[in-house]
Amino acid sequence: MPDIVRNGVTIDDNFAEAFPMSGTGILITAPNAKWARQAALTMTGFATSVIGCGCEAGIDCEVSPQETPDGRPGVRVLLFAMSSKDAEKQLVNRLGQCVLTCPGSAVYSTVAGEFEIKVGDAVRQFGDKWQMSKVIDGRRYWRVPVMDGEFFCEGKVGLTKKSVGGGNLLIMGADWDKTMRATEAAVSALDSVADAIAPFPGGIVRSGSKVGSQYKGMSASTNDAYCPTLRGVTKSALDEDIGCVLEIVIDGLTDNAVREAMRAGLRAIIEMGPEQGAKRVGAGNYGGKLGPFHYHLKELLP
Amino acid sequence: MKPFTFTLRQEPPQRVDLSPLTPDRLAGKSVAQIENIELGETRISTKVGDLFKIAEGDLKNLRYEGGSSRFDLVGAKLLPGFAIHVEGDVGAQCGRLAKGGTIAVAGGAGPHAASGNLGADIEINGDAGDFLAGPLAGELAGMAGGRIVVRGKAGERAGDRLRRGIVVIEGDAGEDLGARVIAGTIFCLGEARGRIGYLNKRGSIVLARGGCFGSTYVDCGAHELTFARLFARRLRNHSAQAADLLSRRLRRYGGDTAVYGKGEILTPD
Repeated sequence: MPDIVRNGVTIDDNFAEAFPMSGTGILITAPNAKWARQAALTMTGFATSVIGCGCEAGIDCEVSPQETPDGRPGVRVLLFAMSSKDAEKQLVNRLGQCVLTCPGSAVYSTVAGEFEIKVGDAVRQFGDKWQMSKVIDGRRYWRVPVMDGEFFCEGKVGLTKKSVGGGNLLIMGADWDKTMRATEAAVSALDSVADAIAPFPGGIVRSGSKVGSQYKGMSASTNDAYCPTLRGVTKSALDEDIGCVLEIVIDGLTDNAVREAMRAGLRAIIEMGPEQGAKRVGAGNYGGKLGPFHYHLKELLP
Repeated sequence: MKPFTFTLRQEPPQRVDLSPLTPDRLAGKSVAQIENIELGETRISTKVGDLFKIAEGDLKNLRYEGGSSRFDLVGAKLLPGFAIHVEGDVGAQCGRLAKGGTIAVAGGAGPHAASGNLGADIEINGDAGDFLAGPLAGELAGMAGGRIVVRGKAGERAGDRLRRGIVVIEGDAGEDLGARVIAGTIFCLGEARGRIGYLNKRGSIVLARGGCFGSTYVDCGAHELTFARLFARRLRNHSAQAADLLSRRLRRYGGDTAVYGKGEILTPD
């Protein structure tokens, strides 16, 4: 099938295959943006892939004081896991270790999901019976006394099972610098899409994986078809002009959020063109039989 | 659509129980049937038709043109989604055990307003009687949800045994405000007297004017509380004065240490 070329960038006639996930999230506020961001960064650390981290989490957006419930600067964090139980466990652990501990922080529900999971209702016990509950407009909040004042936390937060994880773009370029330039542009473009995150470091993963391994018991291993140094010795997907491949993985609260994030990323790469950035864009899938969500690149073109 | 309106013909000859007149209990009834509802609390009959002229309208929205301090149990067991407006006074137990909805009273209210309220949003434009949001005799808890805002003064023992919810008194409060509070939040923007927060377990009492709260309340210092910021924002549409009060730096007195000591009195620093 002929590949599509836009602004000199070749777009593979391929699709990204994605899976249903349980998505939740919190809005963290603090006395200033620095500490709201710090709490969010700490909480979303070691949350790149469900395989080893238990969840995938990232910062969706910063929220201005005018839009937060308590009028302080905020950061919206999204967290995805393979089951609602995992999501709850990860969220409660990360909240207790990373947000409760972060000076000045407060936590509010930010995901309108069909389920609710206990968050403040679990962390409250840190208060050793000095915690106080306040019900405001039908929502329960907890005031937990801590050394810098009070940790204020909503009792329950929303969770949706309609989330999607695994949207992706494979960005291929002549060398590391050019590929990175295009990939960074794509990440910053999809950052502005609401309800979607790119959980890997800076939104980018360089060690894309395939299913299976030559070793027993390893479920995933390096995607040798896309390793430029193996171009000659393996059944490579790369032509001679490709020297570096980077991937962006996208999780979203909705099918549409993932689609829009991929669309925004693709547009940024195409606008940059092959001289400055990437020569080719592809997408990863498993043949289309494993994941119910398929995002065809040709349908996302600008 | 116009509200379903009861226009008062005359001052009731006796105390009347208006609890049958809530939207859910009137649904499906004809005007003739409604006029035949017995309201009297004695052996002498007083029916709806004797007291009110009825103008049909949107049943979700009841309106009394004219009130009386003999109107007991207005909006009792009101359900969410419904509204009652009284252009006048109401008697005892306004909004008693209401599950939701809104009740607005242009005049004053008698004793036990919002008693046992579970979720209704009640506004009394005038003064309220004793035991605002309090329990009836023998009950273990008073108001357990919702919100009541009194623009005028409140009588004695306001917020007695409050279990949950918000009580705002924009004027003065009588003796023993917030006595025996279990939890919940009480505001008094005027003067409060007597044993404020007596045996308060874990409720918050926010007072515009400080004072001495007795030896069982312990000064915990002045703080910026995050919860107060959220609370103030959510309260602004209902009582701007209470919201302003909460937006200030607040001194926290922990107590009543004669019981759990997990409650608090907050006053501006």
